[in-house]
Amino acid sequence: MKICVCVKQVPDSWAEKKLTAGDNTLDRASADRVVNELDEYAVEEALRIVEAGEGEVTILSMGPAEAADSVRKAISMGAHAGIHVVDDALHGSDALATSLVLAKALEGRGFDLIIFGSESTDARMSVVPAMVAARLGLPQMTFANKVEVSGSELTIHRVTDYGYDEVKSALPAVVSVVEKTNEPRYPSFKNIMAAKKAPMETLTLADLGLDAASVGLANAWSQVADFAERPAKAKGTVVADDGSGAEKIEEFLVAQKFI
Amino acid sequence: MSEVLVLVEHTAGEVKKVSLELLAMAAGIGEPSAVVLGPGADAAVATLGDHGAKTVFVSTDLAFVDHVVVPTVDVLAKLVAEKSPAAVLIPSSADGKEIAGRLAIATDSGVITDAVAVSSDAIATQNVFGGATIVHSKVSKGTPIITVRTNSIAPVQSGGTASRVDVDVDLTALASATKVTNRVSVEKSGRPDLSEAAIVVSGGRGVGSDEGFKTVIEPLADALGAAVGASRAATDAGWYPHQFQVGQTGKTVSPQLYIANGISGAIQHRAGMQTSKTVVVVNKDADAPIFDLADFGVVGDLHSVVPDLTTRVKSHK
Repeated sequence: MKICVCVKQVPDSWAEKKLTAGDNTLDRASADRVVNELDEYAVEEALRIVEAGEGEVTILSMGPAEAADSVRKAISMGAHAGIHVVDDALHGSDALATSLVLAKALEGRGFDLIIFGSESTDARMSVVPAMVAARLGLPQMTFANKVEVSGSELTIHRVTDYGYDEVKSALPAVVSVVEKTNEPRYPSFKNIMAAKKAPMETLTLADLGLDAASVGLANAWSQVADFAERPAKAKGTVVADDGSGAEKIEEFLVAQKFI
Repeated sequence: MSEVLVLVEHTAGEVKKVSLELLAMAAGIGEPSAVVLGPGADAAVATLGDHGAKTVFVSTDLAFVDHVVVPTVDVLAKLVAEKSPAAVLIPSSADGKEIAGRLAIATDSGVITDAVAVSSDAIATQNVFGGATIVHSKVSKGTPIITVRTNSIAPVQSGGTASRVDVDVDLTALASATKVTNRVSVEKSGRPDLSEAAIVVSGGRGVGSDEGFKTVIEPLADALGAAVGASRAATDAGWYPHQFQVGQTGKTVSPQLYIANGISGAIQHRAGMQTSKTVVVVNKDADAPIFDLADFGVVGDLHSVVPDLTTRVKSHK
């Protein structure tokens, strides 16, 4: 079983995030950079599948030079190798370009499973796994909170608004997992040391046979025209509870016609 | 006037509110056409016409519920090629976003997710980073494909009648590569859906226990006909199920009224609720950052204030 987990380096989800004035892209320097939290569930799921049988887990990330740290971090959970696609021309790439690059990097490597976290905590689009499945022509097995591999058959529980759908497909397939699918492990000291020596491929656009004109901010399929910080909310009324707190909320709700 | 395609979400023909909202939004861009697919779809035609759809594209084929998103994408891609619509509007659900993403690839178009408004020339307004930043975006290649959040606009009943056009599904090998083998419903609380609810009553660390959610938070929610939400601190402690978590890594809600009880208001939580129209806060700590968002706040113990409020709300019925 060969599994690839795609991870994204994002600003810490507990930090305030900003866009950069000038080119309207994410200000990556304004917050600590971490592995996208939901991607840790994807790594954990891949490790569990491999540990239940046999195989290898590769971590793939597209991102600036610093994203290599996130690939190493994900490997230190127990994965075996890393692929980092880095190229200045990728700056400002949208989801269409990102999916194109990831699909190219995945193509022809014989992965049985490609696993993603279901969304990144910065862009929160939740479209890249579906797009990569579309580009590779593989079954889209996304929004899973349960993943089971039996021989060459894959079964997931796809989370829906009423509960879940049990969905089956053949391998290879593209999977995305939702938060709380499992309990991601902490890297052990042994695995942290091993991650430092794990094989890491660094690829440029040229290595992938892609033209710079198909990616990046200037070639995106959509553009941010402008952005503004939400104006601070006018300070509301705050009262200390002297036993009449509920009554005062009641009065407010009546005045606002909620009750 | 050019057509605007609206993908309708429905359960056996019962149209979700967000779809009617999207028809109202589509009317501001062009002539709304609804696309309603799957078993029971024909039952939705009259409702859609009554809410502004001039044309309704219909298929009741099982393929749309038996296979993950691809059959829907294939129908939409065909309609985009035939009609060259001014835009395609899709609800910002999990399915909706994936459909939008794949449709963008199939039609070589740009995609924008989680819009809260779309102008007549298809410029989308998004609240990003949990609403801290307001962004205007436009699609620059192909057909604008835009997913829109629930509660962004009020539905408009036009009293019109739509003309029905049946569409065929051409099931490709890729579309049938996934097979839904079972649909499992989890027990419903009877409360409104968290992401659609007009009122959300939320609890955090200050609630103190799962018992606190049952005896303090849920009764207020039920008195108001509200959904229940929880902060990450509360779901991580196991006091309330994870699917009710509001925040950066949970649901994003934008109700008319959000009542935050015992929630400090870390960025993790604010990111999921700060676009709520009206915010009421109950918290013991006068310095809690959540008070910055409050239209009305009480510094006090939720365990006394909230039950009292529940009784008072009930007296208005």
